[in-house]
Amino acid sequence: MNRRKFLIASSAIASGIIGFRLARGEEAEGRATGYIFVVDVRKCIGCGRCVRACKIENEVPLKPYYFRTWVERYVWLKGEKDLKVDSPNGGFDGFPNIYSEDEVAKSYFVPKLCNHCEDPPCVQVCPVGATYRTPDGVVLVDEKYCIGCRYCIQACPYGARYLYPRDGPRESRRNTADKCTWCYHRITKGYKPACVMACPTGARMFGREDDERILRVLEENSVSVLKPEQGTKPRVFYIGIDSEVR
Amino acid sequence: MSDILEIALRHVQGFIYPNEVEIYWSVLIAVYPYITGLVAGAFIVASLERIFRVEEVKPTYRLALLTALAFLITAPMPLIAHLGHPERALEIMFTPNTSSAMAMFGFVYAWYLLVVLLIEIYFDYRKDIVTWARERRGIRGAIYRILTLGDYDISDSATRRDEKIVNVITVIGLPSAAFLHGYVGFIFGSVKANPWWSSPLMPIIFLFSAMVSGIALVLAIYVISSVIRGVSPDVRCVDKLASYLLYSYILDLGLEFVEFSHVFYTREEGFEAILALINEKLFFSMIVVQVIVGAIVPVAMIAVAKVFRMPDRARVAVYTVSAILTLVGVFAMRWNVVIGGQILSKTFRGFSYYVMPLLGPESASIAAAIMVVPLVILYVLVKILPPWEERAETA
Ligand code: SF4
Ligand code: SF4
Repeated sequence: MNRRKFLIASSAIASGIIGFRLARGEEAEGRATGYIFVVDVRKCIGCGRCVRACKIENEVPLKPYYFRTWVERYVWLKGEKDLKVDSPNGGFDGFPNIYSEDEVAKSYFVPKLCNHCEDPPCVQVCPVGATYRTPDGVVLVDEKYCIGCRYCIQACPYGARYLYPRDGPRESRRNTADKCTWCYHRITKGYKPACVMACPTGARMFGREDDERILRVLEENSVSVLKPEQGTKPRVFYIGIDSEVR
Repeated sequence: MSDILEIALRHVQGFIYPNEVEIYWSVLIAVYPYITGLVAGAFIVASLERIFRVEEVKPTYRLALLTALAFLITAPMPLIAHLGHPERALEIMFTPNTSSAMAMFGFVYAWYLLVVLLIEIYFDYRKDIVTWARERRGIRGAIYRILTLGDYDISDSATRRDEKIVNVITVIGLPSAAFLHGYVGFIFGSVKANPWWSSPLMPIIFLFSAMVSGIALVLAIYVISSVIRGVSPDVRCVDKLASYLLYSYILDLGLEFVEFSHVFYTREEGFEAILALINEKLFFSMIVVQVIVGAIVPVAMIAVAKVFRMPDRARVAVYTVSAILTLVGVFAMRWNVVIGGQILSKTFRGFSYYVMPLLGPESASIAAAIMVVPLVILYVLVKILPPWEERAETA
């Protein structure tokens, strides 16, 4: 049996399919203006209001293992090579002050959420197509279709997905994959996502691709995305993070 | 579930994404590639006799086919038991997403079960089935009459045609077996978000370890069933199987060595985390069980038994023990891939913790029960379609 040929053939088939999908994705995008999410970590104070607002708005179980959005704290201590990262209960209750001010060299909070990738691996791997990308660039899960195989959870490099637990409050969503939708039910009616509304400092910004305000922020700052090497092309842009944030 | 997660949360080490506390693919997903590996491996043993005309392993030809079938029938069980919505399982086949490796499962499975294995077994047994259908009365006779599918022609030309069909199917089946398991490896190897899985070598490593486990399984079942039936196993056959086990082991270990050299040489992102994973988290299941007990010891035992030409009975015993250790080792390999890949956080900064419940959904007991199923199916299959020549003739 020729194993090499098998490998070559299977990767050719796989890349062919992926190429095809890409072409289709781009086409779809041309038609509608997508959304953009911008996070300015210089403004985030780690209060956790966004986390609480999200859990309430979206019926996310309140236990500390289920998050559509959460906040991480990055701390560089003086004289230490390795940075410290934590996210107690996803930042739901804010952050206890465990570092004394004069030992900290630098620190900031990084809100995380689904990146609504342009090339989402979660969509690629879903065996039944329950995870999909809308024409305006939002990645959603169809709870009526998801079989709960959890392949998409493995494929997301950002830990953005979780399995809605069997005892979760929203019955129809139980045992299916769940994640941030950018509050699709709100934004399609012209409202902002719940986390954006709840943020007291404006660290979270959201708008259409042609939104002047968003465009100016993107122009005036150097922005980056998380794990660019994964080739997922995230649509959540960060201002003020170091490369250690991933 | 959340009791378990509470325990897990207490054992989390370093920083992981908050959603990563739960290990989403449980022990059942380790059982799944293990079982499909055994299918592919057992089929490869059967094909050896057919395609390469290896006379010595003839006594295990039919046994290997039935073993492959028994395990293949079981293969979807761990998957379906693991789904959040098992009642929607068939959607994988009705509305597959063509870009998903997992969507292939149903098709590869159906192809292998319906086209390759069943046809091969049917045509290989057809002559015997017709004979039994004529001789037997009662329920057994009725079963055989159904199994003939209405074709009672066992003239010389008909049996020659059967032979030809089986040969063709074997030639189709061998690459199919490779594909079946290669694709399972691809499911993991293509998850680029996970440095412990993401590797183009994954399908090949899975394939070779599948061969190793399949040969070991057929060897063990052959010897043990002979003992149960009170006949002595054919020593030449066992010798040959042990040689195959040794060769495929050497290839398998070589490949894994290449894989590890790659990881250690390139030191890509996540390397430190992988190092800690091997040294701390997986030390027992990987270094001790998979590598030492499951590979080095059986390889050494087979080599010693061969080189020093132990007496027949001792040799067969040594081979059998090696085969069983091998089966344990390959399971450990599946475990280390599936569970290991998930306790390593995608932050590369910490480790989650897997709690395997003893009872309940996705527990150790369900996994164990699923592992017993193929043996029960095999028992039934052997009763209906005796693979042993002497019985087939005297029946
Ligand atoms: S961040 Fe994860 S869940 Fe969101 S689109 Fe990307 S891969 Fe999918
Ligand atoms: S868990 Fe649901 S959404 Fe995720 S890959 Fe499986 S079927 Fe698709």
